[in-house]
Amino acid sequence: MNIIVCIKQVPETTEVRINPETNTLMREGVKAIINPFDMYAIEEALRLKERFGGKVSIVTMGPPQAEAALREAISMGADEGFLVCDRAFAGSDTWATSYTLAGAIKRIGAFDLIICGKQASDGDTAQVGPGISTHLDIPQVTYVKKVEEATDKSMRVERMLEEGYEIIETPLPALLTVVKEINEPRIPSLKGLMRAKSAKIATLTQKELNLDVQQIGLCGSPTQVVKIFTPAPRIGGQMFKGEIPEVVKQLVDLVKDEVH
Amino acid sequence: MDYLLTDEQKMIKDLAHKIAEEKIRPVAAKYDVSEEYPWDVLKVMAESDMFGLFIPEEYGGLGTSIMNLSLATEEFSRACGGIAVCYAASALGTFPIVLFGNDEQKKKYLPDLASGKKVAAFAITEPEAGSDASAIKTVAKKEGDHYILNGLKHFITNGGDAETYVVIAMTNKEKGARGASAFIVEKGTPGFTFGKKEDKFGIRASSTRELIFTDCRIPAQNLLAKEGMGFIVTMRTFDMSRPGVAAQALGIAQGALELAVKYVRERVQFGKPISSFQGIQWMLADMATEVEAARALVYSCARMVDAGVKDVAKESAMAKMYASDVAMKVSVDALQLFGGYGYMKDYPIEKYVRDAKITQIYEGTNQVQRSIIALQLIKEMAKER
Repeated sequence: MNIIVCIKQVPETTEVRINPETNTLMREGVKAIINPFDMYAIEEALRLKERFGGKVSIVTMGPPQAEAALREAISMGADEGFLVCDRAFAGSDTWATSYTLAGAIKRIGAFDLIICGKQASDGDTAQVGPGISTHLDIPQVTYVKKVEEATDKSMRVERMLEEGYEIIETPLPALLTVVKEINEPRIPSLKGLMRAKSAKIATLTQKELNLDVQQIGLCGSPTQVVKIFTPAPRIGGQMFKGEIPEVVKQLVDLVKDEVH
Repeated sequence: MDYLLTDEQKMIKDLAHKIAEEKIRPVAAKYDVSEEYPWDVLKVMAESDMFGLFIPEEYGGLGTSIMNLSLATEEFSRACGGIAVCYAASALGTFPIVLFGNDEQKKKYLPDLASGKKVAAFAITEPEAGSDASAIKTVAKKEGDHYILNGLKHFITNGGDAETYVVIAMTNKEKGARGASAFIVEKGTPGFTFGKKEDKFGIRASSTRELIFTDCRIPAQNLLAKEGMGFIVTMRTFDMSRPGVAAQALGIAQGALELAVKYVRERVQFGKPISSFQGIQWMLADMATEVEAARALVYSCARMVDAGVKDVAKESAMAKMYASDVAMKVSVDALQLFGGYGYMKDYPIEKYVRDAKITQIYEGTNQVQRSIIALQLIKEMAKER
């Protein structure tokens, strides 16, 4: 089973600072790590490889220093890493990013499965995984918490919902996004770290991918960030006490008052 | 202080640190109470190739390096001295095979120990033979192509949980120390059973048991080196393993110091963090300096062993003795800085005091270490004359 895992390098702290002028993330001076949700994606890919054989390829789009994230994934046991990196891709929103990653995946070659983390800890959009599957025209299953069964043609998974879970069977190739309940990511091995240190990382630029320039980078990004803010927490609330008919009456009266 | 570690050494230290913080520290208190053997943590160490650090490459390891082993042991011990000793004791049980095993013995035993599939133990101590190792009573009698072992070993770290044991037994009682021999004994050999599991003051995650040999027949090819070499095997093994015990003590001291510094910055009395008081600061300064001095001694000694310096008895005794004395003092001072809270089991610091104590006792009490050091000093002076 050939598996592609899409990962993102993110700032370690969850307290990301925002540039007030451009409304974009300020990455300077913050340690970069693999997006924690992507660690579960890497682990699940490695477990599937251990069961079915094949290859695990890691893809990330980002600046040259994102290579470190690929090496970390290789130290855990992934076979190869691809860095999608070009100035032409800078400023991509989730649409342009998923278009670009889909283009990179087509270039990498045949695959049976793509796994992504459910969302990145910095942007929290959860859009890139589903975006890739749309661009590649393959089925997607989001919020996967367990792979129940898999063959080389199909896969049955549990999909986490707010209350309970769904069991979904999908033909392959498909794209999964995974939640943290799915596994516990492994710690790398010394042999893996040594291998990762010398592993050759392939860089994929716009020249190699030859993507539609209207759909990449800043000009391919329809998203406009107008303002970023934390919604004000809801305050207070009123508790009614007593018998149910009485409480209902009090509530109705209050709503009527508020309306007037 | 910068010890100019190589890239590989930094990699080992960082990985051991990650294992310690993510896999050991969260379960340290649990295993301290339950006294269960921490197989889940050892599995993580094994999968990370940590057991390969003390085994040559040709037998599946990453090359025997006492410095690498010490770096890993120190990091593990920062989080839990008990779990760390399960690891370090496997190195202790493996060294006699690395040092004295023939190719056949190495091929048979080392790959599984390097992968961490099996854990090793070293057995010399007996109820009446502690510091006086020449008093051991366990005997090995040759019968055809077998040896028959009879006797009792006690206080054996990893006893019962290890699969591979190196056991010191007398093959010729009349020769005294020169009549001892070393044997590899596998768990499950008929006549080899386990006795009482000890209820210990500290390092409670590790198992300490009696080994009982009752007409236990082992193949003659399990003899390490030659008959009569048992004490040489033991001494050379301890020369290799003492930096590891010293590293364990160093890690406990470092871990206690870190907890103390963190606590005094948070604890407010008289309207200020107690870290702002000079009396507290001077204690921290002494603790940190002693830990650093111990580290310099341990690393220097480990590097000497790796460089192949022949006689390291004095230096490895110094490293073990000093680092363990520092571990005891620093952990007691750290508890003092925690005040009344430190005395309570709700806080992690009292465990460091309990774990530190054994490092002054095992693998040669610190009194024995001082004798070794003094004897070497006198010998060196006598040679000069």
